[in-house]
Amino acid sequence: MRVVIVGNGMVGYKFCEKMAARNTHGQYELTVFGEEARPAYDRVHLSEFFAGKSANDLLLADAGWYASRGIVLHLGDPVQRIDRGSKTVYSHKGLAVPYDYLVLATGSSAFVPPIPGIEKNGVFIYRTIEDLELIGSWAKRTRKGTVIGGGLLGLEAAKALLDLGIRDTSVVEFAPRLMPRQVDEAGAQLLQLKLEALGLSIHTSKSTSAILGDEAVTGLSFADGTVLDTDMIVVSAGIKPRDELAKACGIATGTRGGIVVNDFLQTSDDAVYAIGECALHREMIYGLVAPGYEMAEVVAAQLGGDEKTFTGFDMSTKLKLIGIDVASFGNPFSCEAGTRTIVLNDGINGFYKRVNITADGKHLLGGVLVGDASQYNMLLQTCKNKLVLPPNPEDIILGARGGESAEAGVASLPDDAYICSCESVSKGAICQAIESGEETTEALKKCTKAGTGCGGCLPMVKDLLNHTLKAQGRYIRNVICEHFQYSRQELYDLVKLHELKSYEAVLDKLGTGDGCELCKPSVASLLASLWNEMILQKGNDTAQDSNDRFLANIQKGGTYSVVPRVPGGEITPDKLIIIGQVAKKYHLYTKITGGQRIDLFGAHLSDLPLIWKELIDAGFESGHAYGKALRTVKSCVGSTWCRFGLHDSVSFAIRIEERYRGLRAPHKIKSAVSGCIRECAEAQSKDFGIIATEKGWNLYVCGNGGSKPQHALLLATDLDEATCIRYIDRFLMFYIKTADPLTRMAVWLNKMEGGIDYLRNVVVSDSLGMAAQLEAEMQLLVDSYRCEWKEAVENPEIRKRFNHFVNAPEEKDPSISFDAMREQKRAKEWK
Amino acid sequence: MTAMETMAWFPACSVDDVPANGGVCVKCGEEQIALYHFTRRNEWYATQNECPHRRQMVLSRGMIGSQNDEPKVACPFHKKTFSLVTGECLNDSECALKTYPVRVEAGRVFIGIGV
Repeated sequence: MRVVIVGNGMVGYKFCEKMAARNTHGQYELTVFGEEARPAYDRVHLSEFFAGKSANDLLLADAGWYASRGIVLHLGDPVQRIDRGSKTVYSHKGLAVPYDYLVLATGSSAFVPPIPGIEKNGVFIYRTIEDLELIGSWAKRTRKGTVIGGGLLGLEAAKALLDLGIRDTSVVEFAPRLMPRQVDEAGAQLLQLKLEALGLSIHTSKSTSAILGDEAVTGLSFADGTVLDTDMIVVSAGIKPRDELAKACGIATGTRGGIVVNDFLQTSDDAVYAIGECALHREMIYGLVAPGYEMAEVVAAQLGGDEKTFTGFDMSTKLKLIGIDVASFGNPFSCEAGTRTIVLNDGINGFYKRVNITADGKHLLGGVLVGDASQYNMLLQTCKNKLVLPPNPEDIILGARGGESAEAGVASLPDDAYICSCESVSKGAICQAIESGEETTEALKKCTKAGTGCGGCLPMVKDLLNHTLKAQGRYIRNVICEHFQYSRQELYDLVKLHELKSYEAVLDKLGTGDGCELCKPSVASLLASLWNEMILQKGNDTAQDSNDRFLANIQKGGTYSVVPRVPGGEITPDKLIIIGQVAKKYHLYTKITGGQRIDLFGAHLSDLPLIWKELIDAGFESGHAYGKALRTVKSCVGSTWCRFGLHDSVSFAIRIEERYRGLRAPHKIKSAVSGCIRECAEAQSKDFGIIATEKGWNLYVCGNGGSKPQHALLLATDLDEATCIRYIDRFLMFYIKTADPLTRMAVWLNKMEGGIDYLRNVVVSDSLGMAAQLEAEMQLLVDSYRCEWKEAVENPEIRKRFNHFVNAPEEKDPSISFDAMREQKRAKEWK
Repeated sequence: MTAMETMAWFPACSVDDVPANGGVCVKCGEEQIALYHFTRRNEWYATQNECPHRRQMVLSRGMIGSQNDEPKVACPFHKKTFSLVTGECLNDSECALKTYPVRVEAGRVFIGIGV
């Protein structure tokens, strides 16, 4: 069967992909004509072109992909004419290719309103990579930019202008609000406020009457008589389906454009199909990628003899506009009588949520989310599948207050609910994959393709995985990886019992196979927690995680950053000068960290020992910023200077930091000491934090900043310093012994049966009778501390490893390069 | 065998230069090749040093190991793993590594490069 595809955009590519997958016996001969010089690329993420992505990064597949699947690809060669009588297409370059079936995926072009002056230099559209290149080169001489159109694409274009460094960017919208098709009045208002806070000027209810300027644009005038100065204009006022080819050969098109198709996506000629933005289905043009992909699937299925039709597509969308979540689903506006609306407009936290509900309060009809769209997936599924709402329907946007977890939500979905709308993967398909033995999200992505598009559904896929496994009674044994059939806690006890000191010895005695990137760092970490030996000896160097292996943090481009320890954040002027001198000598970028230290970036691997030699000679030591270890103990200035300070928080922070420095644990540990309840050191956001009281110190544990902030909980009150340290000793050792790999303390506590009360019993009341042992073990680690960088610098065998080339140790990696930025440098953006 | 005969063998380093169960980067003209000594399996492997995911010259610093007995290396940046035998990416099929044959003679390690 000869299939010719006209158009190589995202939907045209998706069709090729679907056809290639079905082309098991070489029964299809596929020929593609594309107008642009490049193979199909990702237009959805076009603005990333200015954020550092290259044209190649945006490609969906390179020319080799088509060739290896036997697809003939003609690029830069648009089809000029279709002869339906002889079933042949004629291309610009003179090719004549016969077809059995023709698929039109010609897409759309930008709609350019007929405004006087629209032809002036400096007026652009925003559609292809070429458009972007033109915009990019013009932007260099531009101070003021304007986007006409405040819809989805217009705001994307505005982001692109900001990325190009045009600080003074305006958006002009004809309608009284932004994104009039997706968002309601109140939501648009919040969106506008947020965009204005980012520096965009927004002008709504503005009808552009003329574009001003001689040859090049200098401004716009509006119907209301006002004028806006600008050096460039990007027009993004909508799309126009590319139906000219169809029209010319007599295929039916709509009065306002678009190739008319039926539910089979056939045009008025049943050997010709149309898919994507050029197709007019039931009076509707779909300007989104997901319905286009669905159309590609429908046509591929039909050509393969399967029954499949297209009956419309949900236009729900979720996107991030310049960092702001915006989502709209179902019917966002609900005008029918009797529908109820719940609105949550949080001016303080900056989000707006609206849901429309049926009169009986049972079903969700649609809604709008601005500022926080984390509930989008669940709401969309609830809406699409007509799930019955909880008795207090406001819970669905307020979040359940006590009880009910989100997991119940996944369970209640029917099997045909689409979990991944990019790839149209249903809940049933995912469950089936799990039942046939897949046990990880990675594996599910690979076999079902769910989550490989925008990735927004991955949390649901994960919930679904856990839920299905649990429902099947499949026991998820908490083992480290395929090489060790033990949990970390079991392994810790066994390694101690057998007194094993190297990764190889542990693998020989307790594991199978050759190890991997999961068990190696876990075992290396617990060896360090148990014996506190130099981590790069006894062959343990190659078992360390990337950063530990070179005692530094690897950064973009393959250079490293260096963080000397600054206990409590206290540092002398002389030491500051040394850091400055070292940074200058080795051309390092310097930045103050969140933990009151100084980070030096951009060090070549071979410079690390030289840098550390100088730092150590000046009295510095490793800050373990690279390790799953104690990082910093932050402090406020405390009673030595502060008029509110109750105790000397700096001295106590230094004492704590020096006690636990180098302590390796299942994950990194951060701490802080505040001198009074004003809490300037933010101790309650740390793994353990200490706050001065009138009578002593309060000890808080298991807080967390990071992606899921959580306040630390009060473990004990009004402690003297010695008792406080004893409790911390016990607490830290208990964590090190029992936590799973890479589990921060907050998560560890959340999973602990009995929670903080149980933990308090263990640490304060010694309910397990382990307190003395825990303290003794900690004392052993404290006594055996040595600065590992000092040992590395002094050991020629270890130093030898700090070269990029084994056969040219004096040479640095020539692929490393930097860009200048604010009188310093930055890593070159990666591809 | 004809393929072997047309192979040029680049002298990379001595056996002792490579850490046990780890890798080093070899400069071979303008090319960077990651050379691994899988001591546990008594095997040598060589691949391109560049991780194709973000085009970073770091695979020689990656951790090596096995997955269902298939020897592999994990990139330090995002833990993409690649088969040391075929170069194939084990997380997704989108990119692969170039691999090279390795020969050890009298304590010296040689990497086979096409001529």
